[in-house]
Parts: sequence; C-alpha cells; structure tokens
Amino acid sequence: MTTPMTIAVLSGGISHEREISLRTGRRVADALAERGHTVIVLDPDADLFARLDDISPDVVWPALHGSSGEDGALLGLLAAHGLKYVGPSPSSARLAWSKPSAKTLVSRSGVHTAESLTVTREAFRELGATNVLRLIARQLGTHLVVKPAQGGSAQGVTVVSDAEGLPRAMVDAFTYFDVAVVEKFILGTEVSATVVDMGGGPQVLPLVEIVPLDGSYSFEARYTAGETNFFVPARVSDESSRAAADAALRVYTSLGLESMARIDLIIDEAGVPFFLEANTLPGLTETSSAPLAIDAGELSVGEVYETLALRAAGR
Amino acid sequence: MNSTNPSSGAINLDPWFGHYADRASGLSASEVRALFAVASRPEVVSLAGGMPFVRALPEDLVSNALERVMRESGPMALQYGSGQGLPVLREQILEIMSLEGISASADDVVVTTGSQQALDLVTKLFIDPGDVILAEAPSYVGAIGVFRSYQAQVVHLETDADGLVPGALADAIARLRADGRTIKFLYTIPNFHNPAGVTLSAERRPEIIRICAEAGILVLEDNPYGLLHFDEPVPSALRSLSPDGVIYLGSFSKTLAPGFRVGWALAPHAIREKLVLMAEAAILCPSSFSQLVISEYLSQADWKSQIEAFRGVYRERRDAMLESLAEHLPELTWNVPNGGFYIWVGLPDDLDSKAMLPRAVTELVAYTPGTAFFADGGGRQNMRLSFCYPTPEAIRLGIRRLATVISGERDLLETFAGTGRLTPNQVGESVTAPPPDLS
Repeated sequence: MTTPMTIAVLSGGISHEREISLRTGRRVADALAERGHTVIVLDPDADLFARLDDISPDVVWPALHGSSGEDGALLGLLAAHGLKYVGPSPSSARLAWSKPSAKTLVSRSGVHTAESLTVTREAFRELGATNVLRLIARQLGTHLVVKPAQGGSAQGVTVVSDAEGLPRAMVDAFTYFDVAVVEKFILGTEVSATVVDMGGGPQVLPLVEIVPLDGSYSFEARYTAGETNFFVPARVSDESSRAAADAALRVYTSLGLESMARIDLIIDEAGVPFFLEANTLPGLTETSSAPLAIDAGELSVGEVYETLALRAAGR
Repeated sequence: MNSTNPSSGAINLDPWFGHYADRASGLSASEVRALFAVASRPEVVSLAGGMPFVRALPEDLVSNALERVMRESGPMALQYGSGQGLPVLREQILEIMSLEGISASADDVVVTTGSQQALDLVTKLFIDPGDVILAEAPSYVGAIGVFRSYQAQVVHLETDADGLVPGALADAIARLRADGRTIKFLYTIPNFHNPAGVTLSAERRPEIIRICAEAGILVLEDNPYGLLHFDEPVPSALRSLSPDGVIYLGSFSKTLAPGFRVGWALAPHAIREKLVLMAEAAILCPSSFSQLVISEYLSQADWKSQIEAFRGVYRERRDAMLESLAEHLPELTWNVPNGGFYIWVGLPDDLDSKAMLPRAVTELVAYTPGTAFFADGGGRQNMRLSFCYPTPEAIRLGIRRLATVISGERDLLETFAGTGRLTPNQVGESVTAPPPDLS
C-alpha cells in the first residue's frame, strides 16, 4: 500500500492551450485522487509559490500545455523553489519545446526527420517574402506542413498542398509565434508513441495510429470525441512497428526526457518512421492518445500517474 | 467508454458517434472557442462576452427581496409552479412593456428561462428543416445557434445605421419566394442591436411591419436592451404596431441580473397556447424561486432608478471605449450605440478578426470575431467589442492592447503582400463565440 501523498496539479495558465491544460489537469487529478492521494489543483498566477508553500506538496504535477508549462521556464522555477515535480529537466523541456532544436538533436541520433526549413518573420521582411517563398518551394516543393516553431494542439498548423496556400499558411503560423518550421509533407501512417519510465527505464507503449475522419488531425479532430479513429496497436508491419518504437526511444533519450513523453511520428509508405515532434507533457484528456496507449500496455492511468509521481517525489 | 469496430478494429472515443441527429452537426470542439478560455484570467482584458455588470446592483436590493420571499412565501418558492409563469409577475411584466408602448393582456405572457428559452420554443414551434429565417446582418450569435439546431436556413438582410433596411427585406422575400423557399419569420433586434449596436428608426418600424404583414410573415422581436438607452428612449416596440403579427421577447437579464434566468414571450393567443404546452414539455415550469424574487424586487424596489443607474454605468463605459478607439485605432470604423452593450467594429479589408484572435490572446485582450454573428461565413472584417463588463480603465487598456494586435497583424500581412492569396481558409462551422460565463 502506497503512503498517500499530497500532489499539486498545475493546470490552466494563460497559454493558447489553457482549455486543454484544464482538461488534462482534471483527468490527472481524478486518477491520482482515486489512488488515495490528496490532490490540489492550482491555476498558476502570482500567488502560485505562496500557495505551494502553504500546501507543501510532496510533488508537483505540471499539466500546463503551451508556453511556460512546456518551455521549461516554470519547471526551472519549481526546481529553484526546491519543489519536486513530474517531468523532464528544464533544459530538456526547452529543447523539446523548440521544434527546430528538437529536430536537429533527433536527427543527430539517427532518427529520420522530414526535410524542413526554419524561417523567421524577420527573414521574410528583410529578404522579401516572395523570394523566401520561392526558395522554400524550390527546396521542399509545395506539399508542405507549416507550423509555429513552438506550440501544440495543432494551433497555427496548416497542411499546404499547393504554392497558392503557402503565404496564408505562413501568416497563420506567425500569428502564434515569430518563428515557423516548414516541412516537406510525408505521406504515411500517423502514429503516437507514448514513452514512460516506471522505474525500469523508458518503455515504449503500444503505438497508437491516428486516423482523423476528415483527413486532418486538426484541433477539432483532436478534441471532439468521435472525430478521430484510433488503432492500437497501429496497423503497420512488425518491422515498422519496431522501427517506430526504436525511433521513439532514441528521441526520448536524445532529448533527455524523463517520466513520460509522447513522440509523434509518421511511418512513410516504405515503412520508415519520421519524427514529427516530442511532447514532454502529453495531453491526457478524454480524447488524447496517451491514455489509449497506457490501456493497451495493460496498465492503468492511475497506476502510471501514481508511479510517476512517486518516482518524482523520490519515494 | 470507447467503442471498437469489430471488423476494422478502429477505436472511437465516442461510442454514440453516428447516432446523433443531423441538427447536432457543428457541435464540435473549436480552436477559437478554446482561446476564450484565457479570457477568464484576470490578466486578460475581455471585450468579448456580454456579461452585465451586476456589481452595479446594490446587494441589499436583491437580498431584501430574497429574504422576504423565503420568509413569506418559502413553500411556494420551492415548489413547482404554473408552466406559463406566475400571474403576478406576468402583470408586472405588462408594466415594463408599457414603457415601450405595448398594451397587452397578462394572459398572453409566457415566462421562460431567460428569453433564450423563448427563442428556442418559438423556433421549435415554427421551423422545419430547410425553412428560412430572415435576420439582420449581423445577428445575435445565440439566435443563430438556436436556428442552426433546428436546421433553419438563416438569410441575412442588409442593415445600416438606422437598422434593418426595409427594401432589403422586401427584396429578400420576393427572391426567396420566387425560389420556392418557405420563410417562417423575421428575427430582429430593433434596439441597440447585438452585435451591431444600431437601433431601428421610428420611420422604418411601420414599414417593416407593413412588409411582413403583406407577405404573411411573422416577426420575432427580441428586445433585451431597449430600456438601456443613454440618450433618448427607443421608439415604440414593433409589437405595439402589430399585436397579431409579432412575438415579443423580453428579459430581466440586462435590467436586473442574468443569474435569475427569467425572460418572457408575449405572443398572439393561438401561439401563446402552444408555447405554454411546449414550455411545459421542455422544463415543466420556470423557476418559482426566481420569479418570486423578481416579483418582490419589482414591487418593493425602485427598479426604474436602478435601470437609470445601469444606464449611467454603461454610458461611461461606452464613452471610454469610443474615446480609446478614436485615440488608438482611428483607421478602424465603428458605430456609436445610444444604448446596450456593444460596438461593432469594421476592420480594413486585409485583416481577418477570426484569424487574428490568437495574437490578441497573446497580447492579453479578447474580442468576439464577427464570424460568430453570421450563419453564412461573413463577418471576417468585423469584431464585436463589449463595453458592459470591464471598467473604463480596463477598456482603455484593452483598446491599447488591441491597437498593438492590429498593428502587428497589419505588419505581418504587409510583409506578405503581393505574394498570393492571404484570405484565410474557411474551416468548419464550429462555434466562434465565447460561452456566456466568460466576459
């Protein structure tokens, strides 16, 4: 029998993903409370650290999607305040949060990444947007994925299928952040690999294949129950499945991730997995893929979350 | 609970997916709506929602009414009541409506759970899938949601500074009828329109009534803001011109408090009888407790002075918003509402209010994109700004932040000018308005 802990779950915040964070936080809090722990949910504000001092939690579970939660800043401040938390080091979080940095590191570890260009809003202004767009098209073609260099939940992400759609896609990405990543579109099977470390080293749970009914894993498809079909395990060959699991593990290790992460991959038509992005605080909402992977791994979310909290608390 | 397709192995997280009625289409998660979650944070100046400033209501006015109701009519307040509403409150509602020239019988008043429920009942009563509802361009987002849920087709009509344009109404009726379409009613907000802020002129009112009467089209007059005028009182209600051709909707949400959830419909008797039956089928009866408290408030408190106090609060806030717009965003266009809660802002052609919202959230200011107020995808070059809830200081800060947002977005668009299409993609029909509890 585990000794009950006091756990502070942080959710909400002021990022674009506040609503998703609130959903994740509620699910995590419920699962931990069901295991007998005292869970206090806090929406970070100027009183956060004073409230944490009052609560004196055994461990903090940051369920803050978006900036401040995932960019490592809050994690660093929690550590500086002497608090133990579930999640990676601040520097690892920062690397994973930056899509260009993560791509570079992951690529060096031998995992395929989609050919891409990282472009800044400033570059378009200085060099002329027409010139930069032309260079992008020449280098990568016109079937592209444009995304802000940081952020989640598909916010600001556009799949572009012709040159005509590229200018608006750039504008939409820059509306969220001043740096964007333009990737060559890879046709294939979209999978998410949840990696957890329950004490025996990182373990890749069964791959979850994602099939949005309207073809695009948009915000609506992610957070409206029923609008995406999932296949667990993914309908790929054993060889591809092993390659994807190996890739996920390499990503996890190369970025120095801890506790739990979700690695998003595309397995192309030749069966080769390509890294898309790493999520250090994976969505744990009713419609997220990580809980499906946990179920398929014959674990329970309560068991996993409790173990991660216990390990983070140093027990 | 998930469902797994036994033949394909697909897991669907909604086991009832595929079972929903057609009218449920569009009830999906919305990126824009999710952004409004940030509006509840104190750091954010929200010019998005339409929450009345209930703090302007002296606490003792309501608490005295509450105490008296529980002391003198407690068992009645806690019991079911009439499906049509308390007779005494219906009589008091007549007095309120008389301020706008309406003479009616309490028998024809149906008390509802906010006028929103009346809107739902009327639509349920009249609309078959595919029927046409005529409405101003733009129109109230809550009405569009109701109309969509009954699978009506909303046809927007030209609106200018004097409200709905009669010629546009007549033309639309002729065109739609020539196309074989069935028009069921005209939905209109004649006073301090939400979101357009305009008021239908006294000259146009009889013209609108005449056109509808000649065409045999019912008018649904929605009037939550009429008593909140800043200068001159509004012209007489459309209902006063046509007792048999107009259903009038009223509400205590803006003149007292929305938490009571009490509104009403005044309808011709044949319609009223059906509305009562439909209301009983939907909710049995409106809240006895809320009705008694409001009735007590109306009988004991100086409610007309309280409405005057509300007018003063909202007038000051409107002025703050107008001054700030003139100072920080002179390149935009806007109307000057003489009452109500809203200013309707026009953006330069290159800006898109819906696409720009993430930038606004980053800058800690929220507004409602104009797209929320159109059933046909229009409104991208507009936004609705609410001055009802934030203080004048917050309004000034919010407009300064909005100026930063617009400047940043224009700068970005100028960077890409001449490179190709910059019009945003039209994606889905998901809801793009804030929920009612987010200001």
